[in-house]
Amino acid sequence: MLLEIKNLHATVNGNEILKGIDLKIGLGEVHAIMGPNGSGKSTLAQVLAGRDVYAVTEGEVIYDGKNLLEMAPEDRARAGVFMAFQYPVEIPGVSNTYFLRAALNAIRKQRGEEELDAMDFLARIREKIKLLEMDETLMTRPVNEGFSGGEKKRNEIVQMAVLEPKLAILDETDSGLDIDALKIVASGVNAMRAKDRSIIVVTHYQRLLNYIVPDTVHVLSNGRIVKSGSKELALELEQKGYGWIEEPVGA
Amino acid sequence: MTTATETQIENYLRQYGEFEKKAKAPEWLRAIRREAMEAFAELGFPTLRHEDWKYTNVAAIKREEFEPVSSEAGEEHISAIRRRIQALTSELDGPRVVFVNGRYAAELTDVRGSGARIGTLGEALEKRPEAIEPYLARSADYRAHPFVALNTAFIGDGAWIEIPERTVVEKPIAVIHVAWPEGKPAAVYPRNLIVARRESQATVVEIYVGAEVPNYFTNAVTEAVAEENAVLEHVKAQLESERAFHIATATFHQARNSIVRSTTVTLGAALAREEPACVLDGEGGEATLNGLYVLAGTQHADSHTTLDHAKAHCGSREVYKGILEGKSTGVFNGKIIVRPDAQKTDSKQSNKNLLLSPDATINTKPQLEIWADDVKCTHGATIGQMDAEALFYMRSRGIGRKEARNLLVAAFANDVLDRINDAPLRESLKRHISARLAGKGD
Repeated sequence: MLLEIKNLHATVNGNEILKGIDLKIGLGEVHAIMGPNGSGKSTLAQVLAGRDVYAVTEGEVIYDGKNLLEMAPEDRARAGVFMAFQYPVEIPGVSNTYFLRAALNAIRKQRGEEELDAMDFLARIREKIKLLEMDETLMTRPVNEGFSGGEKKRNEIVQMAVLEPKLAILDETDSGLDIDALKIVASGVNAMRAKDRSIIVVTHYQRLLNYIVPDTVHVLSNGRIVKSGSKELALELEQKGYGWIEEPVGA
Repeated sequence: MTTATETQIENYLRQYGEFEKKAKAPEWLRAIRREAMEAFAELGFPTLRHEDWKYTNVAAIKREEFEPVSSEAGEEHISAIRRRIQALTSELDGPRVVFVNGRYAAELTDVRGSGARIGTLGEALEKRPEAIEPYLARSADYRAHPFVALNTAFIGDGAWIEIPERTVVEKPIAVIHVAWPEGKPAAVYPRNLIVARRESQATVVEIYVGAEVPNYFTNAVTEAVAEENAVLEHVKAQLESERAFHIATATFHQARNSIVRSTTVTLGAALAREEPACVLDGEGGEATLNGLYVLAGTQHADSHTTLDHAKAHCGSREVYKGILEGKSTGVFNGKIIVRPDAQKTDSKQSNKNLLLSPDATINTKPQLEIWADDVKCTHGATIGQMDAEALFYMRSRGIGRKEARNLLVAAFANDVLDRINDAPLRESLKRHISARLAGKGD
């Protein structure tokens, strides 16, 4: 088991968003987490990445045998956790290449590997950039500054491909993408599927799951996982909407 | 009975009397110095009641009994100073002229083969005073400004740089002023004169450093003239020791089609005030005043800038940024004057501040005086904290909290430094600032 979430509760500004999440993800598995807006999908992703605006009030998360919630965000990243942001952040004045190399070297240092100089690093990222059909000039520009929505999302997947996480969490990576960009992003993610890597795909729409086919689908509603099943569950949700799932809650 | 203030003024009058007895000078300069001393005695030290000094309290300068340094620096000091200068300027391999305690230091100076005429005011006053007479004390107004008055009363030495017509000087010319007093708190009055002749181009960097003890007061004035079509890049690096006081004025008088770009970097001193001012006195001129102040502890730094559009079709640009930690306080006052003849003026000003502590303070104010009707003038100011989203984003990629913070702050600062054209100079300043931001100092 790579990740085990037990009875996770989290609040933001005193409002409880996660109300007891239980989830197990084995190594090499791809899980989709679906749910309507406001169900807590993004909160779950951000809590796993270590965003401190959320307060965990109950429960625990065991990642690779470690207590994830006690780790600083950078320590989680160095231990192999990666979240692709729903809204990637612009960092004026810091070049995309410099940023990604600093990140990779921090992770390599943790793994006891040698740090890469600028030349070695560029050689290494070139193929990833090609895979994601990224414009190479984006790498010399400040991180995400002036990028289109699609460029930002592709940049996230380039980062994921370079950092080679053990657990990748994609937070609504498909939102705001046209079908061509969606296919490129999905093929980037599929290229990363591996026996020693688990992926959590958080999405509002079933469409992405045509391209990234999950092993398991979970439905999140009102801060809890209300249904889990095979990939067919996603299709059912697409046809019926979220209404039939939400009804029993609070009834 | 005399008041404390009168006693202070009398001290300066006495020092002036002693200085005037020893310092050689042509009659026209003696007249200027006398007039300047009288102006200072009349004006006195500014107080918070003066609109231009509302946020900068100079009482600490007034209280201390600073004395001009009378003896030359000893051999053991010279080698310490040499090491200090070497550490500060290792990237720069251009000509340099060095002054210690306001006096020319020949053993630290090397001005060979630059293409510029690099000398000292002291020598010019002795041998060729007529060469500097048209420029010295012509644009820095000693009749209205108490600290300019005080500096002018004590004009004796400093850099005198002339870029000949149609000459391009490739490497930056470094003017280094070192305050290295012994024993008593010292007052140092650096005075620099720069004339860029028609169609010439050069970069001049002024660097101010000093010893940690005893306390000292640098009161500097630089006057620069850019003749027709000249390009003058100017950088001022204020790296004084942390107890020092530093008050400086720099004037740039610009003829038709000249370009002046000046960047002031403020890192040192307990109390600092910078007053760079450009007068666009010919059509087609361009003036840029950029600045960066990085303050910590209880430091106070005041940037009072002036862009004076006297003629039509001139442009001016101004980007000032501040990074404030601890209980430091900063002031930005950006004055833009557009005179009645200065139609088609295009002026942009921006001041951005990053407050890294809840106890840091910034007072920022644009001051626009526009007397022409067909002009474009924009200004904006921001005050913000560290971007928590960006910090988390970087940490979520494995970059440690401290490194992420340093990267973000350095990026904020580099926005100003990246506008400096000369690469070695730019990298040298970046190195100081990164070290300072990472808490290592230099």
